[in-house]
Amino acid sequence: MPRRLMKGNDALSEAAVRAGCRFFGGYPITPQSEILEYLSWRLPEAGGTFIQAESELSGINMVYGAAAAGFRAMTSSSGPGYSLLQEGISYIASAELPAVFIDVQRYGSGLGDIFQAQSDYWQATRGGGHGDYRTLVYAPASVQESVDLIQLAFDKADEYRNPCQILSDASIAQMMEPVTLPEMHEHDPNAEWAVRGKHGGDFKRVTSTMYYIEDFDAYIKNKYDVMAEREQRWESVQVEDADLVLVAYGISSRICKEAVKIARAQGIRLGLLRPITLWPFPVKGFAEVNPDVKAYLSVELTSLPKMAEDVKLACEMKAPVEIFLGGAKIPESTAIVERAVSILKEQR
Amino acid sequence: MTEKRIPELLVEPNKFCPGCGHGIINRVLAEVLEEMDLAEQAVGSLAVGCACLMMDTFGTDWIQAPHGRAAAVAVGVKRVRPECCVFTYQGDGDSMSIGFSETMYAAIRNENITAILVNNGIFGMTGGQMAPTSLPGQRTTTSPKGRDAELTGQPLNMINQMKQLPIGYLARGSVASAKDINKLKQYIRSAIETQMNGGGYSMVEVLSPCPTNWKMNMESSLAHIENTVKSVFPVGEFVKNGERTDA
Repeated sequence: MPRRLMKGNDALSEAAVRAGCRFFGGYPITPQSEILEYLSWRLPEAGGTFIQAESELSGINMVYGAAAAGFRAMTSSSGPGYSLLQEGISYIASAELPAVFIDVQRYGSGLGDIFQAQSDYWQATRGGGHGDYRTLVYAPASVQESVDLIQLAFDKADEYRNPCQILSDASIAQMMEPVTLPEMHEHDPNAEWAVRGKHGGDFKRVTSTMYYIEDFDAYIKNKYDVMAEREQRWESVQVEDADLVLVAYGISSRICKEAVKIARAQGIRLGLLRPITLWPFPVKGFAEVNPDVKAYLSVELTSLPKMAEDVKLACEMKAPVEIFLGGAKIPESTAIVERAVSILKEQR
Repeated sequence: MTEKRIPELLVEPNKFCPGCGHGIINRVLAEVLEEMDLAEQAVGSLAVGCACLMMDTFGTDWIQAPHGRAAAVAVGVKRVRPECCVFTYQGDGDSMSIGFSETMYAAIRNENITAILVNNGIFGMTGGQMAPTSLPGQRTTTSPKGRDAELTGQPLNMINQMKQLPIGYLARGSVASAKDINKLKQYIRSAIETQMNGGGYSMVEVLSPCPTNWKMNMESSLAHIENTVKSVFPVGEFVKNGERTDA
């Protein structure tokens, strides 16, 4: 396949179509609006449906309907709009339907602002909506990985009959990089659970599966335990001998990767552990880390630390977990190296 | 003895309170779907409130939407499966209060679905609170001195909101008498015919009694619809085959 230069949001959209997505209902919000713009012409061209909904609430419930009918369906949003999706995500998880949701994160709470950030970590990984559910959360660090992960997200959504999310950010979504796109995939919408009229069979009811499953508490706990065990993904860079391991996902991880390179050139043993799944958090990746590591540094583009709590749980506090917050500004890789050096000095 | 014929779609006895209008509306809808040979390709979308009791007793495929969002869910189904007969079934609180936006925008986009909105002027399942359709002076658990239109506005007339839109079919019926029930059946049939002919959005609002929360018996509930509710919410066909019939 030839490589193409594509913007993150456009590549994500094209990859969704090629993954067999045939329905999108959503609402414009920066920095994800290119997804709507792209799919507004591309989905009809591929025989699918695009609806610019009157709100995020309506958009996600259209996705609920299309997913219940067996079709691969998705929506996308950002920040304030992502908050509005949470009601629907909870319902779709409760009905155990496959669907994919994209959050191109933006800065701040409330209205916030449109520039890059990683502020929605808790909302994405802790459920966000009401009740007992989890979603697989994938965090791409490049345009190519956006393409790869959204296809995986659709497949995993089907495998577990559970919503999956892509947690991107304004940097990854707005940058252009060369990508290789997959072949077109057609999805069979006629799963036995899909509503399409009963056609001589029993009638089907799409609602919370808790009404129909005996010992639901054990059932649902087991479902998410299995996902947590099997679906952890991460990338580790020189963690086996590292004195300090950076932990970062998405755009922050790219800066950290450069920081590792700079530090190693100076003889400072930095490593990087990059979660690709944020739920489940890749706890298993921490087993690869040098048992004598002196500290971890959680690097996040937020005003308040969020992922750092997961890092503390994952490393069981066997080493101190420090925090480097980017806030509204993307940090320089050299600033991360300086901070790492200062932490290592304190540890001596 | 005349034979007691119950539509096969009514797979169990309904669970509504004694005297409730939903049972009649369920029956009428079931008869129409069966007579039109659509029972096997029908998909219903409902949310919460009394309507959701239908999921066990009315034997079509169902999706239960979040409160108010049944129209958006129905749109998702119909757009990917245009061969299905897709309908919403909601109370007034669900479709006209929390779901006003979803209900209206399905009509504004002239989505090819059928909406059945049951107007009993009250939130039934949650225990009789004021609805957008509660009449001025009507006592509810959240308007214990009677609805004060100065404070809460006039009752919402969805037909008036929709009738200027370029949609397929729009009617308001009632279950207050046998004559009304027969007319209601015609309205629901016309609405579903409109959808299956690709004629665009169709909506039937149904005036229905809630004796439990109105604190009335069934007879006085039906008389109340006839004598009072209909003066605020007139019955009849308002749009047919895409044309205004009341203009």
